[in-house]
Amino acid sequence: MSSKRSSLRHVAAGIGATLLAALPVSAAADMSGKTVQWVIPFSETGGSAKWANFFAPLLSEALPGKPTVVVKFMPGAGSTKGANWFQRQKHKDGTLLFGSSGSTQFPYLLGDPRVRYEYKDWNPVMATGTGGVAYLDKKSGARFDGTANKLKDIEFIYGSQGATRLDLVPLLAWRMLGMKVEPVFGIKGRGDGRLMFERGEANIDYQTSSAYLSGSMPLVKAGTAVPMMSWGALDANGNIVRDPTFPDIATFKEVCEATAGCETKGDAWDAWKAFFVAGFPSQKIAFLPRGTPKEVIDTYETAFAKVKARPDFAKISAKRVGKYPMFVGAEAKAALGTATSVPDKAKAFVTGWLKEAYGVSLKKK
Amino acid sequence: MELLTAALPALGEAANLIFQPVVLGYLVLGVVMGLAIGVFPGLGGIAGLSLLLPFMFGMEPVLGLALMIGMVAVVPTSDTFASVLMGIPGSSASQATVLDGFPLARKGEAARALSAAFSSSLFGGLVGATFLTFFILAARPLVLAFGLPEMLMVTILGLSMVAILAGRIALKGLAAAGLGLLVGTIGEADAGGSLRMATYDIPYLTDGLKLVIVGLGIFAIPEIVSLLRQDKSISSTATLGGGWLDGVRDWFANIWLSVRCSMIGVAVGVIPGLGGSVVDWIAYGHAVQTTKDKSQFGKGEIRGIVGPESSNNAKEGGGLVPTLLFGIPGSGSMAVFIGAVALLGSGDIEVGPSMLKNNLDITYSIVWLLALANVVGTLLCIAASGGIARLTTIRFTLVAPFLFMLIAFAAFQSGQDLFDLVALFAIGLIGIFLRRFDWSRPAFLIGFVLSNPAETFTNQAYQIAASRFRRGFEEGIDYIFSPIVIVLIVVTVVSIFFGIRQAKSIQAEGDVQSGSKRAPLIFLLLFTAYLVIAVVDASTIPDDVFTDKVFPLTVGSISVVCCLYLLFRMMTRPETDTIFADKEVAGEDAEAGRGLWSTLAWFAGLLVLSAVFGFIVALALFLLAFFRVRAGLEWAWSALLTAAGIAFMCLVAGLLNRDFPPGLLQSLVELPWPLT
Repeated sequence: MSSKRSSLRHVAAGIGATLLAALPVSAAADMSGKTVQWVIPFSETGGSAKWANFFAPLLSEALPGKPTVVVKFMPGAGSTKGANWFQRQKHKDGTLLFGSSGSTQFPYLLGDPRVRYEYKDWNPVMATGTGGVAYLDKKSGARFDGTANKLKDIEFIYGSQGATRLDLVPLLAWRMLGMKVEPVFGIKGRGDGRLMFERGEANIDYQTSSAYLSGSMPLVKAGTAVPMMSWGALDANGNIVRDPTFPDIATFKEVCEATAGCETKGDAWDAWKAFFVAGFPSQKIAFLPRGTPKEVIDTYETAFAKVKARPDFAKISAKRVGKYPMFVGAEAKAALGTATSVPDKAKAFVTGWLKEAYGVSLKKK
Repeated sequence: MELLTAALPALGEAANLIFQPVVLGYLVLGVVMGLAIGVFPGLGGIAGLSLLLPFMFGMEPVLGLALMIGMVAVVPTSDTFASVLMGIPGSSASQATVLDGFPLARKGEAARALSAAFSSSLFGGLVGATFLTFFILAARPLVLAFGLPEMLMVTILGLSMVAILAGRIALKGLAAAGLGLLVGTIGEADAGGSLRMATYDIPYLTDGLKLVIVGLGIFAIPEIVSLLRQDKSISSTATLGGGWLDGVRDWFANIWLSVRCSMIGVAVGVIPGLGGSVVDWIAYGHAVQTTKDKSQFGKGEIRGIVGPESSNNAKEGGGLVPTLLFGIPGSGSMAVFIGAVALLGSGDIEVGPSMLKNNLDITYSIVWLLALANVVGTLLCIAASGGIARLTTIRFTLVAPFLFMLIAFAAFQSGQDLFDLVALFAIGLIGIFLRRFDWSRPAFLIGFVLSNPAETFTNQAYQIAASRFRRGFEEGIDYIFSPIVIVLIVVTVVSIFFGIRQAKSIQAEGDVQSGSKRAPLIFLLLFTAYLVIAVVDASTIPDDVFTDKVFPLTVGSISVVCCLYLLFRMMTRPETDTIFADKEVAGEDAEAGRGLWSTLAWFAGLLVLSAVFGFIVALALFLLAFFRVRAGLEWAWSALLTAAGIAFMCLVAGLLNRDFPPGLLQSLVELPWPLT
């Protein structure tokens, strides 16, 4: 057993070394008998729960000494409660892990008064991303020609979870295209949005990659939905390219370039891109608390690299958490960097737009 | 016929999957775990499922399903123990059961009430499963026919049950429901994110109050405090009448009510977005309306148990439809369930639209595992009910501290915040006064439960209807007045009409005497003051987020008008008028040996100690002091019972991987679990 484990570690170390050329792989401390707590600032029922529950047993296997990894939920105040709590934690013995998501990143970017946390203090060890696809109903889909030119006089209804959530990305994109989309707020999850679309109450919708594949593709095949655009994916240089999961669907960038009056430069574009990056390609990030020594960070990075290197990883992850690209170590740091640094002008643009379009202001009452 | 040709082979495959000894073994294991967890108020299926999650990865699908379904299926069955024996609504599924179940326990007929409830649950579960077996293949278009106007109407139908439960003065019940609706709007609005009766300085309030806390505060705390003051046992007779066989007979005598309520349960459960919160109230209302002699409701009418209990297990089956067909969870535990299914086996089973096409056998396995789990769970519960019913004969002063312990722990699980305990205490105070002055507590709770759906569906339906009307008048009318909506409107109107006529004969609080003017008047003034403040608060929300203010403004204003009428009536009537109902004037409470405030102070003491020393230390001090001082036990006995309570709490929390509320002490020094 132990020889198998150590040989596995060699393999992983080798892969880790090639993947993370900059990082030296140190001999990791034995964690056997310990319990790692992975705190998720959402309830048991959300997407982040699914994400952590998927990774927890894999991480447990990959860490030296196979410690138990338990997922702990700390919901409240749209995840700011859990994040504020994590901000107060300091490194103890490397048994605390925290998982943030786009819904934690957005309030931070928007200057939500409840935010008392600072991403720069934390140590990212792993990040995963997703993509998204927007689609139209049959009737308006027939008028879609790769541009939004003929969609501008249609009254669109969209089931939304709230303008300050991930829905900010599609809402802003549609607005930049000059489309009239009225969000119907107050739905509890994107699945409810799809249901509203299926009932014909909404005539435009978007889903993240895995939900699109399982829930919306059947609609496209049945002819009741027409894909409009994907948000795209980031290449190594930070440019938006076609989403590898949906190579046949044009990106928002392409549609915008082809549509009269939509520009892929300027404040609106910068803002859209910044929030897209924070919400999709680096949506979920695992952190160690501030003050964590380098060897502990290395231990976790090696472990996650090991998870990623599992021969069956692509297969088991695709079904359970969606085809997310996974970033470890330096890549995770880069992902965090792009996810949390938004130019002030872009921020100001978004807060101004939220106020003007939806009356939303995140200020103390 | 086409349905049958698709269903029968898959049913056969499902039977092959289920009827293996090892699968049944896992099912029973799940059922036993579910029963153990369901007995605790406020924990429910989510806590249990989370406990199982670590084992689901790569597990043989049918075994994992058997384990999980066994657990989820019996929670609405076993939470009946708490609602009947202690008057504690264990989950949203057992709120209506409290109304008649607890009075029966007090009459010494707990075993009868329990077994009637369990028989009804079992029957409801089986009706649900049978119905689903065929319905699930044809359900898709039907589910899609339920748009926002239809869901809004179902919500309004639920709210119309207030008419039946309003009590002796209809406007008083209406005002209580209005207060419930307003309390439900506390926090960040769904639509525009405006704060209502909350501030960012207290992040706890921005999330709004949780149903567990409001349910415990409104029903459990007033009953516990009242019983504790009288220092008797729950059952007023020393010998327990009504064995479990009587309960089964009671259920059989009301079998048609059980059938109808099961159908109500399935039908409402199928609608995604409503969840189970309205089902038991609609079923209760139906039970009242179809009973000739209504005088016993609220005092221990067995039909008041059979109705809601038949519907709440049937609802679990109905709730599978949106979960399996659309991948949209009908409840919190279903959301965890969907996530867990993805972990099973090689991850091939995907809950959602493809389920019926690719995994019909698995779909049927889920439906019938649910039914089977119901059977196993019910039989176990009925077997246990006779023995457990004896709890009601124990001197209540020895039971109460453990109940305080349990509900404080349950409340803390909802938000893991010390504020959970503060909120529980505050809502408990409201509950105590609503009970004392004969304001309808069920009306308040219905208002609270339906506040969010009522507001959201109104806003959403209005928005979409406006867009349809812009396209054309006819299109708008077609959208709002679909055939389903019209049928629901008729049902609602009929239900309100008869409800108001019958409300006077249903006295959930018993015959409350009237006496002095001062106390009821002060409470009414405080009540009105909160409503006015809430209305003023809502009116300060800027007009560009109109959707956030219109609902609290409208509801609040109507409630204020009700209160003004009540005030007028108080000024013009003599003090013997029913409007001055006050339990402290005559009856059990007035004759109780102990005062209200000194009894409540014990519970407050537990909270204050928790805030300082953390929950476990506080609990030790509280239990010890209570047994020694209040119950007058010897030191040795006090210490023994305290140790038992603490050990039990640690065991439960340890197994479920839960924390306890920390206090000031914990922020100063690091302590090991369970003292953290």
